[in-house]
Amino acid sequence: MSTIALKVNGRSHTLDLDPATPLLYVLSDDLELRGPKFGCGLGQCGACTVISNGRAIRSCTTPVGTVAGAEITTLDGLGTPEKPHPIQQAFIDEQAAQCGFCLSGVIMTAKAFLDQNPKASEPEIRQALSGVLCRCFTHTRMLKAIGKYAEGRNA
Amino acid sequence: MSVHPFTPDANAALDRLGFTRRRFLKGSGALIVGFSAVGLADTLGVAPGVGSAQTAQERRSRLDSWIAIAANGAVTAYTGKCELGQGLFTAQTQLVAEELSVPLARVTLIQCDTSVTPDQGGTSGAQSHPTNFRQANLALAAATAREALVQLAARRLGVPAEQLAATDGVVRVKADVSRGVSYGDLVGGKRFELPLNPSARRKPASEWTVLGTPARRLDLPSLVTARVEFVHNVRVPGMLHGRVVRPPSVGATLVGIDESSVAGMPGFVKAVVKKDFVGVVADKPWQAQQIAARLTVTWKPGPALPSQASYYDHMRTQPSQDTVWVDSGDIEATLSSAATVMRATFLHPYQMHGSLASSCAVADVRGGQATIWAATQNVFGLRSTMAMMLGVEPEAVRVAFRRGSGCYGLNGVDAVAFDAALLSQALGRPVRVQLTRKDEMAWENYGTPFVIDQRVGLDAKGTIVAWDTVSWTAGRGGRVGAATPGNVVTGFLTGFQPAAFAPRGPAPATAPFNDQNSAPAYVTGCVGGTCDGKGTVASERAIVRRVWSPFFTGPLRAPSQLQNTFAHESFMDDLAAKVNADPVAYRLRHLRDPRLIDVVNAAAKAAAWTTRPSTRPARRRTGVITGRGFASVAMEAGAATNGWVAMVADIEVNQDSGNVVVKRLFIAHDCGPISNPDGLRNQLEGAALQGMSRALREEVTWDGEKITTADWRAYPSLSLGNEMPVIETVLLNRPDQPATGAGETTTALIAAAIGNAIFDATGARLRQLPFTPVRVKDALAARA
Ligand code: FES
Ligand code: FES
Repeated sequence: MSTIALKVNGRSHTLDLDPATPLLYVLSDDLELRGPKFGCGLGQCGACTVISNGRAIRSCTTPVGTVAGAEITTLDGLGTPEKPHPIQQAFIDEQAAQCGFCLSGVIMTAKAFLDQNPKASEPEIRQALSGVLCRCFTHTRMLKAIGKYAEGRNA
Repeated sequence: MSVHPFTPDANAALDRLGFTRRRFLKGSGALIVGFSAVGLADTLGVAPGVGSAQTAQERRSRLDSWIAIAANGAVTAYTGKCELGQGLFTAQTQLVAEELSVPLARVTLIQCDTSVTPDQGGTSGAQSHPTNFRQANLALAAATAREALVQLAARRLGVPAEQLAATDGVVRVKADVSRGVSYGDLVGGKRFELPLNPSARRKPASEWTVLGTPARRLDLPSLVTARVEFVHNVRVPGMLHGRVVRPPSVGATLVGIDESSVAGMPGFVKAVVKKDFVGVVADKPWQAQQIAARLTVTWKPGPALPSQASYYDHMRTQPSQDTVWVDSGDIEATLSSAATVMRATFLHPYQMHGSLASSCAVADVRGGQATIWAATQNVFGLRSTMAMMLGVEPEAVRVAFRRGSGCYGLNGVDAVAFDAALLSQALGRPVRVQLTRKDEMAWENYGTPFVIDQRVGLDAKGTIVAWDTVSWTAGRGGRVGAATPGNVVTGFLTGFQPAAFAPRGPAPATAPFNDQNSAPAYVTGCVGGTCDGKGTVASERAIVRRVWSPFFTGPLRAPSQLQNTFAHESFMDDLAAKVNADPVAYRLRHLRDPRLIDVVNAAAKAAAWTTRPSTRPARRRTGVITGRGFASVAMEAGAATNGWVAMVADIEVNQDSGNVVVKRLFIAHDCGPISNPDGLRNQLEGAALQGMSRALREEVTWDGEKITTADWRAYPSLSLGNEMPVIETVLLNRPDQPATGAGETTTALIAAAIGNAIFDATGARLRQLPFTPVRVKDALAARA
């Protein structure tokens, strides 16, 4: 056990934890956030994705000790139902979800990538999402929503 | 029974409504529609409904209200059909708003909780939408309430009911809309308890203002901002965390565990054993996971698994339970006199539901009472099987649905609910169990494998005169239903058996003709004097031989319908090629069902199908080549056809790598009246693309003792990175027809449509799924 300081969605937390604990467990169990989800726990599906210092990372395979002090954002922290973040708004506009379990993977990965590569083409966006799964196969609508967000951001 | 704590979200929802169900039922002003014929039914002149015929037993076993209108006009509807990502929450809310003539925002829908919602069985088989829309249930309850309110208004206003109309929660005089009275005022401080009125008038589609519109998913703003409480997010006070330790191989039995191997590990609370079930409980989930990995468990291996390489042949040799779906009795005679007889065998592997979530559940079992939060598709079925597992009465169990990820049939949700309950019962504290990916993938109830032998006779003009199809499939377990916990892994490990399997010779089907598309659409389907087939081929036979499976199986989206449709629609293409006919024209030549004919024509038109003989002139045999395939089907499920669909797939085959990319899909679809066109399109697209992933990549594999596809590397799903086809959908709306399902139709078709397109492009026919690059290359190499 050791004391770990985490900055999540703009709030600071000090937690007493085994530093090897995967970040996902800390976010969903200690902080009770609902964005990052346990899909595989193996870094293979993306459901646990959060943004850490601007990079999309898979929280299920990230020991919490390695992100102490980093700025972490989860899907919960992007926007609210009343005031969604533009990328969330694009998903609402395109009705781009079925069960929604994959949304952290799709939205956080796309957002982090577009923040760094604002001019990315569709094939480049897809390339960035190549390790992200949606088993409901809402792919077409999701890519459309991401495309809209990308356009809006460049406008 | 003591009232278990609701989760914070559930409490918040009930607070928003202003009552708990108990308080509500006791509370003052309300109009409630239920099964039971009590209260003021006859003073309202409403005929006693089905409720009055209910036995006391039935009444006890069901919660009886469907719709409640509070004194403030707020509408609460209870449904036993749950949101699984298919948009049903929104569609059902639309339905209630429509039938009751209130704005969408005034309706609160409560889904799937044995303590508050009616028992509607499971949410499955793309039947939920039709159940609540077509038959009595929710739609009728709302219509009952509206009629009763109009009658109350007639009395209040002194105007005959025929001269009144309800809009926006107000009953108005048609001739003078300034005169009206709101539902809230009509209910006032009084109580009305009404039975369902079977003759309540449903609104015809021509009067719809809420249904039939592409209403946006009500839950999406919360979903995309991560405010929805999934089962994974359920937290109850004092909760511990469990993990299971499944056997290392199929059929292994427990010798024992050595608890000292984990003694002193941080957070360790207890190890629990029940026959072959092993689980551990810890304070925190990460601790539980490490403890489960470290625990020394000794197993006795089960018998060796049949070799996968020869599994399809193995299936043919096993004792089987045979069902004859149709047999005109003359099949051999017709085949022997046919000008040409064509034969082929089609193979379909075990496939996974492969839900994105590893399943999770929370259970609180204490003092003989149990509360279970689970993403189950059937809260009442889980309640009674849970009672069997725990040795308590069903009334002592409350199952509350919480969302999971899409399940597409049957994933680990019921098994993990059992896991959590067993651990909670052993600890006397609430326990949350999160399965690992391997627990989920190695032990789920897979979609069934099929071997399908086709024999078809053609006359001298190339017309089909006989169609014989004999198939083998393997099954074990399935949904737990109301009494079979052994149908899923946890129940089995604790000593319950899966539903019995009794090999027997051919026996006529007890279900209606052609459940699950055993026979192709092109036969007349004449059984016992009625001909429910969609086609014209009168010499017909369809036999299904079910053998015992070493792995658990269960319904996977378009169960059997996909496997059968792959075989029938691919073979139809073979036949068209044999007689050098256009595949669309050849289908139409053998069909007589107008709705199937309509979707075939609509898909061909949307795709600007060019009539052509099936075998194209010699084409390039290397590099990338394009092709176009057609497939169509009427989905057969139970007594009724459950959707009509046709599809054109445009594809590219890379003949050097064997890779297939689907570029475009044209879909024509008929599911009766369309409640929400956008929701429907979303379902059709998702079902098609999921079917595409299954058709191109997905196959469960095993070695001598265990499943080897237990993560996403070994069981590859197409990802967001894969190119997806552009999809064009033509929706044929039939407002005058009963509603049918739509969640599985395109899944059933796409494998055949792609296979037919590969054939069109290359002349190579693939008869085994999935169409992996290796199989495609083998088929290309085998071309003449
Ligand atoms: S849960 Fe982290 S990648 Fe799947
Ligand atoms: S919407 Fe269900 S997994 Fe993506």
